[in-house]
Amino acid sequence: MRWRRNRAPKAPASLRRSFVTPEGVDLRLELASAGTRASAFILDILILFISLILGTILLGLLGIAQARAEIFLILWLVGAFMLRNGWFILFEMGGRGATPGKRLLGLRVVARDGGRLTGGAVIARNALREIEVFLPLSFLGMQASQGAADGFLTLFALCWTGIFLFFPLFNRDRLRVGDLLAGTWVVNNVRAKLGADLVAARAEQPRRIFSDAALDLYGIYELQTLENVLRGGQDDAIVTVAATIRRKAGLPDDGDDYGFLSDYYAALCARLERAMLVGRRREDKHATTGRR
Amino acid sequence: MSALIDGRAAAPLVNASRFRAAHEGEWDRLDQLVTRMEKRSVRALSEDDILALPLLYRSALSSLSVARETSLDRALVTYLEQLCTRAYFQLYGVPDTATRQLARFFARDWPLSVQALWRETLICLILTVAGVVAGWWLVATDPSWYYSIIPDAMSGGRDPSASAETLRATIYGPQEGGGLATFAAYLFTHNSQVAIFAFALGFAFTVPTVLLLVYNGLTLGAMLCLFAQKGLGLNFLGWLTIHGSTEMFAIILAGAAGMKIGTAVAFPGRYERTEAAVIAGRSAAIAMAGVVLMLLVAGLLEGIGRQTVQSDAMRYGIGLAALAGWLTYYYLPRRAEGQDALAA
Repeated sequence: MRWRRNRAPKAPASLRRSFVTPEGVDLRLELASAGTRASAFILDILILFISLILGTILLGLLGIAQARAEIFLILWLVGAFMLRNGWFILFEMGGRGATPGKRLLGLRVVARDGGRLTGGAVIARNALREIEVFLPLSFLGMQASQGAADGFLTLFALCWTGIFLFFPLFNRDRLRVGDLLAGTWVVNNVRAKLGADLVAARAEQPRRIFSDAALDLYGIYELQTLENVLRGGQDDAIVTVAATIRRKAGLPDDGDDYGFLSDYYAALCARLERAMLVGRRREDKHATTGRR
Repeated sequence: MSALIDGRAAAPLVNASRFRAAHEGEWDRLDQLVTRMEKRSVRALSEDDILALPLLYRSALSSLSVARETSLDRALVTYLEQLCTRAYFQLYGVPDTATRQLARFFARDWPLSVQALWRETLICLILTVAGVVAGWWLVATDPSWYYSIIPDAMSGGRDPSASAETLRATIYGPQEGGGLATFAAYLFTHNSQVAIFAFALGFAFTVPTVLLLVYNGLTLGAMLCLFAQKGLGLNFLGWLTIHGSTEMFAIILAGAAGMKIGTAVAFPGRYERTEAAVIAGRSAAIAMAGVVLMLLVAGLLEGIGRQTVQSDAMRYGIGLAALAGWLTYYYLPRRAEGQDALAA
């Protein structure tokens, strides 16, 4: 094994995955992070519990009113079974491919091969939830209720849960055991709004002219960082970035930081884009302007 | 060096801006259509919209390709990526409608997936039978084995110390406490949960599944032996058969489904390991869903039929008819895949 020191700081391990559509375009799907998925699961469990409690109360009221306890007991038993096993399966089989918890967080279950999400896959990925979460939980619950939580057994249950619960953290695609078996993964499926066009917004106003030397300071990476700063609109970030650019380019401070940055962005964008069209793509400030 | 302010300078119209101006309308329309499909379903779209959808989708895809190559506006690329992803999953990734899925499940997927498990089913059957024989043999040689095989809660007074009369009373006559339907519902949910475990545990090691099946056989064998020693063997078998034929079959299938996954992970054959697991997992899961339905039927037969149908002949009749029904449904030859789209 060869050790190599990275010159540039290494980017964090990406959750982007190549995903080529039949039309031949790579969509570069973004996998959901383990934290988001855990939150979605907790949300679902909360909703489940609340529906179970509400359902129980409702059935209890009806049962007392009509004194036909048996039917309501049956309804409760079957209802609880359906909630526990059907909740995830039925929602994920629907058109959205997501339970309410996943939907709230903008997640979606997707077949890894890009095909339709089949019923078999959805059932498989959720049936395994039984051994991942419910088995050790009910086991621990049983132990606790008997007041005889055997130390060794508890430890075993905790280890078991640990292995399955943290399984997504040990593989790079954040797969649960259920995902592995069903051939699915969970991706971010958020709705993005198209942000305003930063260049066109400045086009109507008088703008600053920058020398080539000032524009040669930066590459695409810095341009897009600048874009984030402008879209973020945080005052202190804008002041800092504007000061840095002015210092590097040797430009005087004219008191309008936002205007200055917008103009610089527009000019740099136009310049880099023009270079790109003739085949010179400058990734960041460390790259030279020559041909790649 | 200074930054001049020049009001007359031509606007720095970059490619991205022109591009946006030319295509923004299409993207907006696609966005609206996809949003409507996500909120409700494809039926929320008018005929015009449905015709326009693939065109809009393809033009958004090509916009994405162009934007990636020529534009430095990250917000634009991100927006197009997400728009195309959403549209892709609405066009390609969405499952069929619920009714069509259900029809396919009953007509094809369920029996075919059970058929595909025949090897594992046979092994599970052999394991269960071995369990029955072992249970019988153990109790026949030493009745005290009975207490170690069958937990107190399950025996409910049916143990070697009970007289033939008490045993007879447990299989004929009214059930104490009533609540037949509740009992059925409880059995259904409980057995289904166990079957789902047997399936899921199969992935973990397969060993728990095997143990579960053998133990299931052991309890059956022990009880059979107990009743047979009191001369009630055939009567007990009849009492059991009415629901047992369905229930045991379902448990064996659940075990087979688990075993299929376990063996696919252990011996992937020609495929990559995960690939083999996926193929086995998806088809076994369908068989699993079928098992839950079988257990529902078994629960109904057990809770309602068992104590109300008192004659041995009727019990055997119903039980064997159910078994024959399942066997025909599963193993009757079907047309090969691809041909039966019309037959279904």
